[in-house]
Amino acid sequence: MTDKFISIEGIARRYPGAGGGTTTVFEDLWLSMARGEFGCVIGHSGCGKTTVLNILAGLDEPSEGAVIVDGQAIEGTSLDRAVIFQSHALLPWRTVLGNVAYAVSSKWRKWDGARVKAHAQKFIDLVGLTGSEHKRPSELSGGMKQRVGIARALSITPKIMLMDEPFSALDALTRGTLQDEVRRICLETGQTAFMITHDVDEAIYLADKIFLMTNGPGAVLAEIVENPLPKDRGRIDLHRHPYYYALRNHIIDFLVSRSKSFAATATGHDPRNVPTVRPGLPELAIASEAKPSTQTSWPGLSRPSTSS
Amino acid sequence: MTFSLRLRAAIVSVVLFAAFIGVWHLATRSAGPATNMSPEYAKLMGLTATQGKSAMPGPLDVGAKLWEHLRRPFYDNGPNDKGLGIQLAYSIGRVGLGYLIAVLVAIPLGFLVGMSPLISKALDPFIQVLKPISPLAWMPLALYTIKDSSISAIFVIFICSVWPMLLNTAFGVAGVRKEWINVARTLEVGTVRRAFTVILPAAAPTILTGMRISIGIAWLVIVAAEMLVGGTGIGYFVWNEWNNLSITNVIIAILLIGIVGMLLDQILARFTRMVTFPE
Repeated sequence: MTDKFISIEGIARRYPGAGGGTTTVFEDLWLSMARGEFGCVIGHSGCGKTTVLNILAGLDEPSEGAVIVDGQAIEGTSLDRAVIFQSHALLPWRTVLGNVAYAVSSKWRKWDGARVKAHAQKFIDLVGLTGSEHKRPSELSGGMKQRVGIARALSITPKIMLMDEPFSALDALTRGTLQDEVRRICLETGQTAFMITHDVDEAIYLADKIFLMTNGPGAVLAEIVENPLPKDRGRIDLHRHPYYYALRNHIIDFLVSRSKSFAATATGHDPRNVPTVRPGLPELAIASEAKPSTQTSWPGLSRPSTSS
Repeated sequence: MTFSLRLRAAIVSVVLFAAFIGVWHLATRSAGPATNMSPEYAKLMGLTATQGKSAMPGPLDVGAKLWEHLRRPFYDNGPNDKGLGIQLAYSIGRVGLGYLIAVLVAIPLGFLVGMSPLISKALDPFIQVLKPISPLAWMPLALYTIKDSSISAIFVIFICSVWPMLLNTAFGVAGVRKEWINVARTLEVGTVRRAFTVILPAAAPTILTGMRISIGIAWLVIVAAEMLVGGTGIGYFVWNEWNNLSITNVIIAILLIGIVGMLLDQILARFTRMVTFPE
């Protein structure tokens, strides 16, 4: 990886534990992302995913290590890094327009009211909320609230969009539509995005790179999975793609068993050089170890050959 | 035949009121001239003995007197005979002034306490000790230091309304949802702008609840304070009419104190609704 737009360098998070010891949530975490990439972190609860995101956002500080964005170590929060919160976090006393305009006027403090309003309106239109500008959050459905959250994050034209399980509180249909919107917007604008999710299918649909974290405490980044599906994938026929199940099974296998046993079984795991896998390709293997996968056949896919 | 709950409740209210007035009227009606009493003694006893009139005024007496007061609320016949409107205006003025000063002190201080754990912990023992003191206990100290009875009454109103507002403001400010603060932080909103655009609106319902409790306490306390300091005000009026043995006027004053207290509470309740937004 040559272009390190985001580079997380050896961060750890420790809390003082009971009896004078320290509890390590995760440690020695290194990962990087290129400009315009969409990264997803998957891991069980308690592995520190949200803490990683909060550190990236600047809302939290790592106990060790640093985060470098666009060549500069981050220090605190920044308008360059927008956050879409799990619970949307809209200000209930402001209207839809007011919520977005609050972000816009925070970024461009010298703009006059009309300019702020026009800019905010553009992003409200982008997320498909035209006509609801003057409603308050309590009058919106869960999906619409999260759309406002997305519009608010996008309106400040951030370098990175950080999303903490943004759709986990939504019903499946709404979630699907919003995933489509996010993917469309990210592709259209070349937005770099970093997202935390529990939903494997969401990660497969949205992410270019999926970061697999082992269970906490003492969680580490186990593996980076490159999404082998084409860029122009659609949510509807995603599961028909020949690589889909290979990818999905790989992630599920990790979550079900390897996330627990990883620490005990992985030998020579180098946190600075985490293996990258690309399930479904003929040379399926963990790049750094050249260990063949245990799964040898996939539905709808001929057995991968290692001799091509 | 079913009426709406509101209508049925209103009917019950009216029936209860009518029953109360009826019982009151029956209990205080004339029982006829007292017999078996020497005429000399009966004269000393006044109307109670000569016409059998109850010592307690009936609803009709109170109603007639109330009408008299309502027709001339603002007359002023010297220090001991002022219209009820004037007396109430004095009381409301004192409450308003003491309360306003309390707002100006309690809300900024509450913000500070709510935002700074250090200040919160440091001030906590003082607040805990000062809060349960009956406001009237301050009265002698206030009279001694301020040397003005009217200002002392205002001080007593200030001291009794400051605590609920202070504690509620601190509680509301400290309890603002972390996500809203985080929204402001990720948008690089400065401390002052954050206080006004996120914390104040988020804490406003709690702050106004504190203000509503305070105005209620202030109105309770002003009556007692004015009985002590005298001169003007509805509390003084009650005590003065008690010295005049005009129970009718005392009852009217009690009624008006209740109505004004209710109005003050309703005004604050309306403000609270104005700043409360469901999520």
